[in-house]
Amino acid sequence: MTAATARRRPAVPWPALITRDRGGLVGTVLLVLIVLVALAGPLVMPHSSTAVLGTPGHGPAGGAPLGLDFLGRDVLSRLLAGGRSVLLLGGAATLVIYLAGLAIGLTAGYAQSFADPVLMRAVDVILSFPALLVMLLFVTAFGGGPGVLVGAAALVLFPGVARIVRTATTEVMTKGFVEAAVARGERAPAIMRREVLPNIVAPIVADLGIRFSWAIILIASVNYLGLGLRPPTADWGLMISENREIISTNPLAVLAPAAMLALLVIAVNLVGDAYVRQRSRSGGDQ
Amino acid sequence: MRLDGSVLTARELRVELASGAAIIEGVSLELAAGDILGLVGESGSGKTTTARSLFGYADRGVSRQSGQITVAGEQLDTADSLRRARGRLLSYVPQNPGTSLNPSLRVLAAIEDMLSAHAAESGPRSGRGAAAAGLLDRVGLPADGQFGRRFPHQLSGGQQQRVCIAIALACDPPVVVLDEPTTGLDVLTQDRILAELVRLRDERGAAMLYITHDLAVVGQIASRIAVMYAGRIVEQGPARQILSAPRHPYTRGLVASTPDHLRPRVLEAMPGIAVGVGDRPAGCAFAPRCGQRTDRCETELPELAEISGRHLVRCFEWRSTPAVAPGPPITASPVARADPATPAAPAADLAMAGGTAPVADGVLVADGNLVAGAGADVRVAGPAASEAGSGQAILAVEHLSAEYRGRGARHVAARDVSFTLAEGGCVALVGESGSGKTTIARSIAGLHPPASGRILLAGQELPGRAQRRTTQQRRRVGIVFQNPAEALNPRHTVAAAIARPARLLRGLDSGAAQAEVDRLLDAVRLPARVARRYPGELSGGERQRVAIARALASGPEVLICDEVTSALDVSVQAAVLELLRELRRELSVAILFITHDLGVVAAVAERVLVLRGGIICEQGITAQVLGAAQHEYTRRLLAAAPSLSVSTQAWHDPEPAAPLA
Repeated sequence: MTAATARRRPAVPWPALITRDRGGLVGTVLLVLIVLVALAGPLVMPHSSTAVLGTPGHGPAGGAPLGLDFLGRDVLSRLLAGGRSVLLLGGAATLVIYLAGLAIGLTAGYAQSFADPVLMRAVDVILSFPALLVMLLFVTAFGGGPGVLVGAAALVLFPGVARIVRTATTEVMTKGFVEAAVARGERAPAIMRREVLPNIVAPIVADLGIRFSWAIILIASVNYLGLGLRPPTADWGLMISENREIISTNPLAVLAPAAMLALLVIAVNLVGDAYVRQRSRSGGDQ
Repeated sequence: MRLDGSVLTARELRVELASGAAIIEGVSLELAAGDILGLVGESGSGKTTTARSLFGYADRGVSRQSGQITVAGEQLDTADSLRRARGRLLSYVPQNPGTSLNPSLRVLAAIEDMLSAHAAESGPRSGRGAAAAGLLDRVGLPADGQFGRRFPHQLSGGQQQRVCIAIALACDPPVVVLDEPTTGLDVLTQDRILAELVRLRDERGAAMLYITHDLAVVGQIASRIAVMYAGRIVEQGPARQILSAPRHPYTRGLVASTPDHLRPRVLEAMPGIAVGVGDRPAGCAFAPRCGQRTDRCETELPELAEISGRHLVRCFEWRSTPAVAPGPPITASPVARADPATPAAPAADLAMAGGTAPVADGVLVADGNLVAGAGADVRVAGPAASEAGSGQAILAVEHLSAEYRGRGARHVAARDVSFTLAEGGCVALVGESGSGKTTIARSIAGLHPPASGRILLAGQELPGRAQRRTTQQRRRVGIVFQNPAEALNPRHTVAAAIARPARLLRGLDSGAAQAEVDRLLDAVRLPARVARRYPGELSGGERQRVAIARALASGPEVLICDEVTSALDVSVQAAVLELLRELRRELSVAILFITHDLGVVAAVAERVLVLRGGIICEQGITAQVLGAAQHEYTRRLLAAAPSLSVSTQAWHDPEPAAPLA
């Protein structure tokens, strides 16, 4: 059995890994499209994203295929303009979340001594506060600028990543190859980078999509409460919340940005899952 | 074939994958009441698939099964008849009791579950509690309510397996299928369970199908043996005949690679590896590995033909299968019989070895028993110790104690352990699980700082932690771990894994390290193309060779081998042991060989230390310790360890077999 199942294809560069997978290919195409919309959208939008064109909550009409929003602005134009902030803020927050989560989680999981309980209890303290409350606290204290939004979202969301990384690390630490590295005198950073990190990629990437969508939702919620990005900025998260009152007259004003957010999250998840799936198939991962 | 008395008849069993490739094919088995049939073969040979197909149980990815199964006159051909038969006509004892028992069910509840599944046979509900308690008693467990209320995690491995056996016996089935029931248990526990099974067979007359990879175990318990290779039965017959005069070259290979602590001999490894499902050739599946194949073997599948009374072989050339020469019986030299208290041994060696001191004061061991403190009980190294290697000690362990701290409590893993390892020598550390063997290995490797005591490498004291040791000190000690699946980083190629220690500890540049990778792969008998592979592409034996190559990459003088063969099949084990022997000869590496298997000890080590509860209870020359053990615990270990020569002795000579169980 082992002989039969053990024969595996050699390693492939990761972009090829993802696009070889059907789900990964779909995800990649979706992701590229969404990024294109977000980047090029403001250049091709039919109207200004802030100009009031007519009756608030007006349904789809000739010049406005997705109708008008709660102030009478063109939903399509705002949709095309509203992707940038989502991608930038969500992406930046996710990056910070993973940098912090990896640093803390790896250190705690590697140390298995004094540093582990200290770091993890600190992480637990952060986890014990309601996410939105911490976000609001920060935004009220430091203002609703993009940097604060990213920092606050990262602070709220990194503990989950730290926990995942720590758990995965402690498991890898018991393996013979880590012990062999310790016995030959490798330094801690080298062990983390060479021996541990490549073996905990699967749980981290599997979590990436969820963490990214949470970051977007958190930032959108703060925006909704009027404490984050200031209207009239176009932002998919902000659009969902600000148009809730006209959902009966022009549902597209809510559904369109919601669909964009959903597609974005699905695309990120598809790509992540495809990577994990194909990687385990090619490299003999557990 | 006693058709009249048979309780189980399986005809032409076939299980195939969705792709159509057969996992098992044409398997026919027959069991008479009171028979124990041993089904043996290496991993992947189809033993477990055969067992499960008797229950109509298919693993994921298995598409179709065919064949006729009759148990106690009932034809099991429909899904419903198979379901009703499970537990009532046929029951199953799994390999891993720890994961097979429902962790949320108490012992009695688990047994009662089986009784209520076949309520019609097991009588009224009210009697089930008593019936379950009776079953506990029958498998040698306390039948009181207190034990019955325990959860599986509160039991030892042996107790868990007994509970599984009690469940299997609950409905008094005529056939019990046992799938490697003692693999993973200590020898003493294994011995007790085997004795228990024989007793239950005698009491109840149940027929048993005993699946194992261990020929020595099967020789101890089975009356008949069926050997499987690549999904087919290749040889079947009376146990003694199969073990003492195997006719199929595969069976012969298994016998020749099974170590025996009572008659040590050079183990013969089978060349090549088992073919995978779907890669099986048209002719005999064993032909590519077979030394006596002819052209016919490669194109035509031999029939399972009867060659003598009830002895069937699937081989055209069975007449030319050479006999396995048994090793000479192990005997202690006259030196060993000398009074151990007489200070006959060289003083220097003795002083380092600690002599009788560690046990002299009688110490509490892990399970609460007192080790007899009599100095006479303890064996000291005889003068013949100098046979091991050149005599100069490369590694000396002095009064080493190691402990674990877990949740406030201190657990002593090793207490006052002293021994020496000569240059190019081989010392075996033997003991059951929890005896502290691995902790001692980890301490020497710098992975577990000792609580007290010293570790000297060529007379120089080693710091407790690997990080504190000098590069030279780390270079000179290599370690190979037990589990080859976890020993190698799955994300690094074989070349990267081997090159790393060469570069880090010997300062080789990448070109020199690459040359070293090629040289080491050759040294561990792996083809150079393996260098580009990932561990996931290798078999268990190949991975263990890579792990050995990695440990050798720093050019160590001491190689610690921690149960390096316990996860491998016997034929692969024989190849790895042979490799270690060659490495000793060619590189004069000293080896500290840690194992629970006395047969392996006899095959590799000159000196042996027997550990119990973290204390060395006996040490000396291997032949002396195995041939004339002084300590009562060593004697128990020796008596419990299954041995092929004991199983076949009665066949070879009319004398009764050595007292075993």
